[in-house]
Amino acid sequence: MIRVSVEHGIEKKAMRDVYCETMIELASKDKRIVHLDADLLSCIAMIPFQKKFPERTFDLGIQEANMIGVAAGMSAAGLIPFAHSFATFATRRCYDQIFMSCAYAKLNVRIIGSDPGITAAFNGGTHMPFEDMGILRDIPKITIIEPVDTVMLRDIIIQTAGMYGVFYIRMLRRNAVKIYDEGSAFHIGKGVTLQEGKDVTIISTGIMVKEALDAAEKLSQEGISAKVINMFTLKPIDSELIIKSAEETGAIVTAENHNIINGLGSAVSEVLSENMPVPLERVGVRDEFGQVGPVDYLKEAYALTSDEIVRKAKKVLKRKK
Amino acid sequence: MLSQNKIKELKIFAIKIRMETIKALGNLGFGHIGGSMSIVDTLAVLYGGAMNIDPENPKWEKRDWLVCSKGHAGPAIYSALALKGYFPIEKLMTLNKPGTHFPSHCDRNLTIGIDMTTGSLGQGASTALGIALAQRLNGTQNSTYLILGDGESQEGQVWEAVMSAAQQKTDNLIAFLDYNKKQLDGPIKDINDLADAKAKFESFRWFAQEVDGHDVKAIYEAIEKAKEIKERPSAIVLDTIKGKGCSFAEGVLKNHSMQISKEMMNEALSNLQNELEEIQA
Repeated sequence: MIRVSVEHGIEKKAMRDVYCETMIELASKDKRIVHLDADLLSCIAMIPFQKKFPERTFDLGIQEANMIGVAAGMSAAGLIPFAHSFATFATRRCYDQIFMSCAYAKLNVRIIGSDPGITAAFNGGTHMPFEDMGILRDIPKITIIEPVDTVMLRDIIIQTAGMYGVFYIRMLRRNAVKIYDEGSAFHIGKGVTLQEGKDVTIISTGIMVKEALDAAEKLSQEGISAKVINMFTLKPIDSELIIKSAEETGAIVTAENHNIINGLGSAVSEVLSENMPVPLERVGVRDEFGQVGPVDYLKEAYALTSDEIVRKAKKVLKRKK
Repeated sequence: MLSQNKIKELKIFAIKIRMETIKALGNLGFGHIGGSMSIVDTLAVLYGGAMNIDPENPKWEKRDWLVCSKGHAGPAIYSALALKGYFPIEKLMTLNKPGTHFPSHCDRNLTIGIDMTTGSLGQGASTALGIALAQRLNGTQNSTYLILGDGESQEGQVWEAVMSAAQQKTDNLIAFLDYNKKQLDGPIKDINDLADAKAKFESFRWFAQEVDGHDVKAIYEAIEKAKEIKERPSAIVLDTIKGKGCSFAEGVLKNHSMQISKEMMNEALSNLQNELEEIQA
């Protein structure tokens, strides 16, 4: 059961605090749960977890490749590891370890990548992942999830703890915009339709979900009816929902806080071109590096805005006709 | 202390591992002969007595684990496993054949008795550390053995794992370094010299020993000593010869992977058969 919030304000609790609370809850019930980190325990607010479960907290220092390998080994011996670093380092620095020690070896590891895309803000371009989901998408059988708010995050952490495989969870550290009401439960691999519409479908993920909802509102004022989807699982992508939406609306816009190459836009495009080719426009980072600055500035700099979604929606509607 | 009989038994086991490995690679016509041969005597000691294992119950939770990070020594391990009864020895002839359970590099999902998938060098160091930490947390009292290559130790990840294993005080982790002095392109010292490996481990706060990697008694005793060390991981640097005991490989400069003719195989097997008979006599 999924309940979409009526109001979409900034949440009171930060994502990282909910991650920590949820991990404490899980670890209290299951001795196999462990958290690994590469010197960013404080950044992910896991100090309370560390205090409660010192023997199950492994801050391995600044060595992401080793951390992922250790997590793989732990899972081989029956533990349920969650391994965290900033999304750049949790993916780029240890791609081969995720590929071989975790996925190829068919082990059971959850990787938490924090500060997605422009939310890396003041850490700047070196820390700003526009490629994290893209590079991982090539790894067979990996599951890639971007929880949009604390309600979804909590549900995803609990669900993945009980599942087997390699999971990449792309997570905002600070306060998200509330999209869902308490008690909502999600199906990994199934997108959520936030609102129905008949002219165009906006498929969004992460911080772009709120922008998509705002864009739909702006479009409605101009008499354009937009369907809005939160495609929180990038892999496996919900082909069924994409095809159905293409059939219903005949035009698609994707919106992501990520490079449009190999991200959500690419994934949706693949499904459309093989099944139901309708015009598609992509909102996202257009093959550029990150840079330093406040999130609001970066949103404009990379055109990750509701206005850009509106512009692309109008463009795609013209192509539809 | 090992009895003379046990030493003899381990020497015989080592020769048999060599013979089965040469047969499997020879049957295929090519393969990683050099690095398989150099680690055989250590495998004989591990599977012949040092490791707590049960071939009838390969996933026994209290078993000792082995991660062969230099995954290309897979063929030698498969021979040891077959000789211990993990699977029928004829299966070794399927090495690298389509649909085989015996690939060039170790795969935990394909081969009974293989504890970890390896092949991309350096990664086994971290996975072995993870296993050792899990064993400690699970309270199962078992040990993790890790086999590293010397060329492999040029990978930074090896030293990441070595550094953090010391910090974590994983005294149930015992690493072997198969120091056979050669890598694919030639001598280690000419390419990127590992130099004094024992000193390197010591500087990373490990308990380190150096032994003749073809002396089963010395290897066994080094393991016994390593097991007594508390709050520190242990390294055993094995002074080895790449291609050891295989007439067509030992002494050849480039013997990492070789083409193997039936004649080469038969000559090597005949030499080992003589060696076996001498010991048994």
